[in-house]
Amino acid sequence: MDQQPQNTTEEALNAKFEARIAAGETIEPKDWMPERYRTQLIRMMSQHAHSEVVGMLPEGNWITRAPSLKREMVLISKVQDEAGHGLYIYCGTETLGVDRAELVDQLLSGRAKYSSIFNYPTLTWADMGVIGWFVDGAAIVNQTVLAKASYGPYARAMIRICKEENFHKKQGYEIIATLAKGTPEQKAMAQGAVNRWWWPSLMMLGPSDTNSPNTAELMRWRVKRKTNDELRQRFIDLTVPQADAVGLTLPDPDLKFNPETQHYDFGAINWDEFWQVVKGNGPCNRERLQARRDAHENGRWVREAAEAYAAKHSSPAQSAA
Amino acid sequence: MTSNETQWPLWEVFTQKDDGSPHEHAGSVHAADAEMALQNARDVYGRRGNVVSMWVVPSAMITASPSDQAGPFFEPGAEKIYRHPQFYKIPRGLKGF
Ligand SMILES: [Fe+2]
Ligand SMILES: [Fe+2]
Repeated sequence: MDQQPQNTTEEALNAKFEARIAAGETIEPKDWMPERYRTQLIRMMSQHAHSEVVGMLPEGNWITRAPSLKREMVLISKVQDEAGHGLYIYCGTETLGVDRAELVDQLLSGRAKYSSIFNYPTLTWADMGVIGWFVDGAAIVNQTVLAKASYGPYARAMIRICKEENFHKKQGYEIIATLAKGTPEQKAMAQGAVNRWWWPSLMMLGPSDTNSPNTAELMRWRVKRKTNDELRQRFIDLTVPQADAVGLTLPDPDLKFNPETQHYDFGAINWDEFWQVVKGNGPCNRERLQARRDAHENGRWVREAAEAYAAKHSSPAQSAA
Repeated sequence: MTSNETQWPLWEVFTQKDDGSPHEHAGSVHAADAEMALQNARDVYGRRGNVVSMWVVPSAMITASPSDQAGPFFEPGAEKIYRHPQFYKIPRGLKGF
């Protein structure tokens, strides 16, 4: 047995872990890691997975009302990808020693958080365009950096996801570009969606660095490689020219290019609104959770049938083999 | 509400991207049996026609090398430098050896 006192061993392991992080090594599931690293990752990854899953709801709302068969097929594929993203990340989270059933239970019972952006309603078809363009666009900015996270399964899930997100963003931008050069009503619809989604999309990248308690630790562990404010600035810098290109305006009178910083300056974000949504008081929080609970309950008979089928087919065949 | 539910077993998924390349680990799925594991794996890890073959293996059946002793465990391979062609000297100027 180990003769060393417990804390010395722990300290040594911790020092080795920090050295590995500093050297840019990838941490794998079976490697020793501080308990805090594990719990922070479980929190962050499961919130991310929940966001992918709940994120299907605002767009699912428009599948049966898509304006053409082509748009409907595209939207179904996009939403199905988001289900896949949720599963990639749940699978990554499970490598940290937590069951997916437990994570799902945390979501359905309201104990877990998910991205604030999905608590806003999708009022028009143009919202499908703006979600792909802004929301998936912001997700790409975030996930491209997370693809270099120190935890191997998370980084690998992000690489897989990033390969799929460009389709999401492009199909959304195409919807908006099409509406923007359509009838005056169509253009107004696109502009209206832009106006409603711009600020929530900026908030989606997370609280400002001065107000983000987890950032410093996650940066030190190289889970996060850029702060929320850096990601937000990058998203804004990328998106402004894209809005110009389709003749739409972003609803911020303070938005303008700063030649000194080579970035766009922008107006103040309404963080009260953000925290209200995070605390459960956004326009659709209750509706979203109820929809997830209903889906889980309504799928119960399918799960039971699949189990019965598996039980029936396993016993005789396996003993014969 | 969900606490009395059992969770289906976990399966590791390996995919082959094209003819002739090796199967590589893609991730995992939960499924009640092997047939469903394959179908779920196809829907999760093969949505874009980028897979020509897939294996699913019950996660519990995998035995992995010890991660805390990776050094000593793989030592015998690392110390045999004479397994590498760079270990050997051949006359200078010899072309296309
Ligand atoms: Fe996604
Ligand atoms: Fe997406």
